[in-house]
Order: sequence, then C-alpha cells, then structure tokens
Amino acid sequence: MPKKIVINDASEEFLRKIIELSGEVITLCDQCGTYSGGCPFVEEMDITPSQLMRKVQLGQQDVLESKTMWLCATCNTCTVRCPRGLDLSKVAEGLRQVVLRQAIDNLDLNNYPKEEIKELPQIAIIAAIRKLTS
Amino acid sequence: MKIPYFPGCSLKTSAKNFEISAISSAKVLGIDFVEIPRWNCCGVVSSLSSDDLMHHLAPVRNFVRVLEMNKTKMVENEKRMLTLCSMCYNTLKRSNQRVKNNPEELESINNFMYREEEYDGSVEVIHYLQLLDEIGFSQMTEKVKNSLENLNVAAYYGCMLIRPKEVGIDDAEEPEIFEKFLSALTAKPVAWNAKKRCCGSYLTVNNKDVVVDLAYGILNDARKNGADLIVTACPLCAFNLDNRQKNVLEKHPDFKTIPVLYFTQLMAIAFGLDEKSFGFELNYIKPNDVLKEKVFK
Repeated sequence: MPKKIVINDASEEFLRKIIELSGEVITLCDQCGTYSGGCPFVEEMDITPSQLMRKVQLGQQDVLESKTMWLCATCNTCTVRCPRGLDLSKVAEGLRQVVLRQAIDNLDLNNYPKEEIKELPQIAIIAAIRKLTS
Repeated sequence: MKIPYFPGCSLKTSAKNFEISAISSAKVLGIDFVEIPRWNCCGVVSSLSSDDLMHHLAPVRNFVRVLEMNKTKMVENEKRMLTLCSMCYNTLKRSNQRVKNNPEELESINNFMYREEEYDGSVEVIHYLQLLDEIGFSQMTEKVKNSLENLNVAAYYGCMLIRPKEVGIDDAEEPEIFEKFLSALTAKPVAWNAKKRCCGSYLTVNNKDVVVDLAYGILNDARKNGADLIVTACPLCAFNLDNRQKNVLEKHPDFKTIPVLYFTQLMAIAFGLDEKSFGFELNYIKPNDVLKEKVFK
C-alpha cells in the first residue's frame, strides 16, 4: 500500500526544532543503515534508528509515538560509526526533550515494585530520571 | 604525587569497593588521591541539547573546586581532575569540552554562579587508567606480589570510556589501554567481542529484561573466550553485569556465573594488599573461589 508523504509548514517546523535542539544537520543522513546495524537495542525498537532519522528528516511528528528514542541509552555506538559524522544520540535527545518539555514523563518509578527499586544503585536511578522525566 | 580526586556518588555507596581498592593500591604507586572539598554530583549523564546550559553547571562547579584546591595549596599546580567512575569521567569531560569551546556559554555559567571563583577552562578531566598509562604501566609490574599469570581477564570498556571519540581514552573501535593495564599487572587479557557493547545502562530501571538479555550476551561472550573474570571501570556496568546475574539465572538456569571486579580490585590483589582493600562484600558474584584456584594457590 503506497503511503503519501506530506511536507507542510508543520513538518518543516518540526524538523527545524529537532535540528536546533540536537545541533545536528539531520538532512545529511543518507540512510546507509549503519545506525541500525550496530545498535544494541534495535531488536527492542518498533522503528529502527535509521527509520527514526528518516522520519525526522521528513518532519513526521508521529515519530514521537515510537519507543525508539526512549530505548536509546546514548551508548554512542552509532555516533562513532556514522560516515556522515552525525550524532544520532543528540537527535534522540532532541526528540525526548520535545516531549519532556511539555511535562510529559516517560518514567514513573511508582509503577515498579518497591523492592526492585531498592535494589537499584543511585547511578541508575538518577540517570533514568535525568533522561526520562521532565 | 597529589592529585585532585572526584569520587562521585557511586564510589561512596554502591561502589565503595571501587574507591577503597583504588585509594589503597594507588598508595603503593606513590599516588595520593586528594578528595575535592565540597564536590557535587556530576549529573551522571551528559545533557546533549544545544540550549541546555543548566545541567553543565554541576560539572563546572567541580572544576572551580579544583582551582580552589590549587589556591589553598591542597595540591601543587595540579589542575588535572582524577576520576574513577567512567560515567563521571564522560559527563565531566563532555561538559568541560563544551564550555571550553563556547566561551559565551562559560560566561553565562560564571555569571550565574555569582561570587564563585570564575572557571577559566584550565582544568583537565582524566581517568585513572590514563594516569596509570602516563606514569607507565610498567611501574605497576614492579609492585606485583601476587602473580596473576594464571588469571584470564576480560576487560570490559563499555561505552563511557571510549565513546564519543572526542572524550574517549583510547580508540573507539579498537581500544587497547585496558589490556595493556592487565598485562602490566601480569594477568592474561582475553580477546573477546563484547568488550565495548553497551550493557543497557540506566534502562536497567525501566527495561530490566532488555538489560538482562544484554548482560547474558556479554557475560557468555567473556566465558566463551576463556575469561575467569571481567573487570570494569563503571559502577552502572558493574550493577548490570554483576548484580543482574541473579536475573540472568532466573531466565537461564544453566547459565554459569562469572565474577565482575573493578580494575582497581585487581590492582589491590596483585599488589598483595590486605583483604579489607578488596571490598569483595559488595561484589554480588564472589571471586574468592577463582582467585583461590588461580592466584592464591
């Protein structure tokens, strides 16, 4: 089923916002697939890192509904391999920020059993709160 | 040698064994870690947004403390800030690079801090492995009392020591510094594939299963390549690879556990220090049996 891609003011503004937040020239990505090939989390993702990049290039805001950006743990495996010198971890951060800055959290520690939270070292909890909450 | 030392939160809590083994083994080499007065949390993760300056304030405050230490002669003309935790290292180093490269951002931060001493960009964040390399790993060999020649060790770099390239302590794809460290301690470094594969980091909080699967893959790769134990420099990797073995076992009952040590614990063992400096009580999988078999024969 062919899908119609619409570029309008809203999609251009979305792309500009992510470029501004990430500082990355997202339009440089030529979809070589390196990101998706090396990402240790790709199996868990609903869209691959390369697809995420393409959606941002096209300004498709439904990318924000994907769980991919929340699974990126900034391991920077893709960053050091990108032939275009792009840093996808910054693009993922930009996407997370767009959501978090509207005071919508991706993590609520109350949803996890207390005994599991107690076992966690503070380095894990603080990192998760910093990355996944507003 | 006296050097300003940034412990970070983990080394005072979940990774006390990292700190105690590091400080006691450094003494053998004549290195004196001088804890930075009033140090504060580095923020754990680096804020990557172009407009987010606020989260770089915490690292900069720590750099100001290093300047103060030089002023009050706690250290002599020593503006290197020593880190052990690789997440602290990465976060502090990235913030330092950012403010050094963006003077107007540094000015905003300095203005915000009002009467704090101005940070001038002169502090250098280093990791302990870099310092040992600079002094010469061979210096360690001279201090070895318990030979590790029968011990096969998998050096786990994880992410934060080597990526991104601009902060990495070695090559991002083919790092060797950890193996050189192990060889100098007389241990046998094993060649393995997973040494720079992410352990899942903070996803251990909300995506435990993902981390358990990643840990299973990394630990098995170490075993498959003949490792007796794994060494790391990261308290979060240590939790995911060591403590999470409990969860790995729940999922894969035939899994064979493997101890995960901080690299400084291996130094303390090799230098023949007192057991108290090993701090094994905080290691989930105890290394005592393998050490008895391969080291303390």
